[in-house]
Amino acid sequence: MAESMEAQVKEGVDQETVDAVRSMAGKYKYGWETEIEMDYAPKGLNEDIVRLISAKNGEPEWMTDWRVQAFARWQEMTEPTWAMIDYPVIDYQDQYYYAKPKSMMEKPKSLDEVDPKLLETYEKLGIPLKEQMILAGVEGAEDAPAEGRKVAVDAVFDSVSVGTTFQAELKKAGVIFCSISEAIREHPELVKKYLGSVVPASDNFFATLNSAVFSDGSFVYVPPGVRCPMELSTYFRINAENTGQFERTLIIADKGSYVSYLEGCTAPQRDTTQLHAAVVEIVVEEDAEVKYSTVQNWFPGDENGKGGIYNFVTKRADCRGDRAKVMWTQVETGSAVTWKYPSCILRGNESQGEFYSIAITNNYQQADTGTKMIHLGKDTRSRIVSKGISAGKAQNTYRGQVSVHPKAKNARNYTQCDSLLIGSECGAHTVPYIEVRNNSSRVEHEATTSKVDDDQLFYCRQRGMDEEEAVALVVNGFCKDVLQALPMEFAMEAQQLVAISLEGSVG
Amino acid sequence: MALPQVKQDATDARLAALTMPEGSGWATAAREDALARVQTMGLPGRRDEYWKFTRPDLLTSVEPKPAAIFANDETPLFSEIDRVRLVFVDGVFDAAQSDDPALAGVEIDRLADATQTDIHWARDVYGVLEARGQKPVERPLAALNTAFATDGVMIRATGKAKLPVSLVYLHQSETSDAILHHCIKVEPGAELTVLENGPAAARFNKVMEVEVADGAAFHHVRAQGRDHERQAVTHIFARLGTESTFKSFTMTSNGIMTRNECIVELTGDDAIAHVAGACLGDGDFHHDDTVFITHDAQNCESRQVFKKVLRNGATGVFQGKILVQPDAQKTDGYQISQSLLLDDDSNFYAKPELEIYADDVQCSHGSTSGAIDETALFYLRSRGIPEPKAQDLMVLAFLAEAIEEIDNKAIAEDVLVRLSAWLERRRKG
Repeated sequence: MAESMEAQVKEGVDQETVDAVRSMAGKYKYGWETEIEMDYAPKGLNEDIVRLISAKNGEPEWMTDWRVQAFARWQEMTEPTWAMIDYPVIDYQDQYYYAKPKSMMEKPKSLDEVDPKLLETYEKLGIPLKEQMILAGVEGAEDAPAEGRKVAVDAVFDSVSVGTTFQAELKKAGVIFCSISEAIREHPELVKKYLGSVVPASDNFFATLNSAVFSDGSFVYVPPGVRCPMELSTYFRINAENTGQFERTLIIADKGSYVSYLEGCTAPQRDTTQLHAAVVEIVVEEDAEVKYSTVQNWFPGDENGKGGIYNFVTKRADCRGDRAKVMWTQVETGSAVTWKYPSCILRGNESQGEFYSIAITNNYQQADTGTKMIHLGKDTRSRIVSKGISAGKAQNTYRGQVSVHPKAKNARNYTQCDSLLIGSECGAHTVPYIEVRNNSSRVEHEATTSKVDDDQLFYCRQRGMDEEEAVALVVNGFCKDVLQALPMEFAMEAQQLVAISLEGSVG
Repeated sequence: MALPQVKQDATDARLAALTMPEGSGWATAAREDALARVQTMGLPGRRDEYWKFTRPDLLTSVEPKPAAIFANDETPLFSEIDRVRLVFVDGVFDAAQSDDPALAGVEIDRLADATQTDIHWARDVYGVLEARGQKPVERPLAALNTAFATDGVMIRATGKAKLPVSLVYLHQSETSDAILHHCIKVEPGAELTVLENGPAAARFNKVMEVEVADGAAFHHVRAQGRDHERQAVTHIFARLGTESTFKSFTMTSNGIMTRNECIVELTGDDAIAHVAGACLGDGDFHHDDTVFITHDAQNCESRQVFKKVLRNGATGVFQGKILVQPDAQKTDGYQISQSLLLDDDSNFYAKPELEIYADDVQCSHGSTSGAIDETALFYLRSRGIPEPKAQDLMVLAFLAEAIEEIDNKAIAEDVLVRLSAWLERRRKG
């Protein structure tokens, strides 16, 4: 039974991919721009701007102080250079740090009052903000058999949260899902307790910058013993030009709770590069479980390497209680530059961390991404599966750390990093750090680098596929382990993305 | 860019205590270039990425930490092998204890003699391969060696060497600080084996530059002495021509500080490079294998096999890298680093890297760390093998893959005997 089901899925996967390639033969499909009047903070960065952002969000004094301290700290820090990415010096004074649609000046009380232009934007992105049973992020999902699954969406447009769906229903279950600016106002005790407790304000250059200037983001609190009744999702859209987006997400899964969280991102196509520096903090208490899935599809720059998003992200989960579990899944296809290492601190005994990643770079994209698994508690387990695909003139690096501390008896780690090269001008690199400090733990690391198998390509070609379709198919097979770890809503979109991202990489 | 003050001070202090040897024009130029490199780079510090797992302090201090002389009752390695012995005592060549170098059937000169002559083949090697090996990662201790090495041998093989050249390093002074620099050139089609053993000095800095020409073969086996308190930093810089072979194996069974770097550049098609090591560590033992293999030609093969057995809080480090340049198609790169931790206090750190710019390649690496497999141990015991013996068997089986990298069966057997003896001693002590 199980076997036949798997076979069916496989069948479906292949067809999907083929269709995707066919239907989406084109360029970056999210490259359009919404024409909307914006309210900007003055260009540049100084303490006044930090205070202004805080004031615009109507924040209490403790929050303003927190930001100002982070900013002071940031000024003493230097930008890290250890990653295998190469980009022109970023002028931090030549950016807008706050951009808000004018229509959001008065915060709409419900989704009905939100500017139709904004709703339209999300509609166009395939993210309907209407409360309806629909699979978010999947085109043509209306025709798909509705499973009755709901997804609550928090939509962030440049610097502000536009709206959050299904809030009432979530409230009934005791789940708090709102924008972080709202959480700071409505639930200060929770924010005060947890904000910066996983990623401290002084953690690293980009996280500190984010701590000073973050404008919005999502906040989730799942109370003890609650299984969140639906998938939660945040959709980030950068629209305004020369604007950095700095969102901050805080997820707290209290004892014995469960939540699955999805994140999607897009941006318009522009000649100039744009900065994105986000922080995601996840607190996982005893017996709780969090699944965090990302499909990152920021504008990657054009085929000549012009424009694109510089994506510097700090994501970390802290498994504080025993048997806590966290799972990161990411599909990284966008951005000109990606610098991102979702990590797990496995503090509780028997806690578990998992990391599944697909990183695809094409044209002039550069990605330096991976994870950290810090084993502190006894019997902790971690698993890393990373698939890197490099095409065109792109550089793709897996950088990861597995650290087993002396007290983490019986820890177990398995790491697999595979890289695939398409074309002779790209690069694929693996930089793992392995630190084992007791002998009851087992740590295994495997990595391979190879090119797309000629025999497999030949087989596909012989069955009538053109070369591009064949490559997309083989690559989808290569990524299967990770694609299967994604929630249904994302798996389909991710497969399509895998195919599109590689367009033009063969022949 | 100016060096951080701490680094500048440490570098200045160390350099002030050293004197550059006299030599002919080319030798002085090579030494001065090397000194300039050290001054630009500064000596390694604790915060350097490349020294993340190994503290360089013992190797960079002005004075070496004194190391007690170890009464070695074991017959030295390679005793059974027919070879030409060249003996160095605390880093100084001792002609009286050495064999006649001519017996090896290759050209052998002392560094001091070679650097006095105006024309010597070594001018194309001395400091040249070391300088090439400074990119992309800096190796200041090797440049320091080029600038200040006081002794060493220049070996050139033009045909198949009659006998292996065996460099024997004796340690007799508790405070000796030896800097040796060897250059080796294996001409097209020639074959040479170099053996090295012994602790050499309280602190030992050694560089070996090896040029392996087209169709030539170079084999290298070394055993780093048993003196527990000795400290060593060694570099091998090798450049390989078309269809050439380079094989190096190192056994380390003691020492509070060992950093062995091996930098190999495959510049001709169809070349083969194998680098392997077996190490046994006990107590305050710290052993670091740092390997950097660059594939710059087509259809080459490289293998790195490193095995470490650690107990009583010993530390093992492996930093290995395979770099495949854009045109190095059909590369076959393999790398494995494994550690067996015999107790809960020992540590293993690994950074196995791949950096690949060519698509038609097959590269893989693996790294594991763990304790002895209880099930296998139980199986052996159920067959009537006492537990300590069974443990030794498991350890030797674990090390086997590295030892198999030694082509000469007699030497491989000899190495295995030493490793078994080490295990036996530990079991008793």
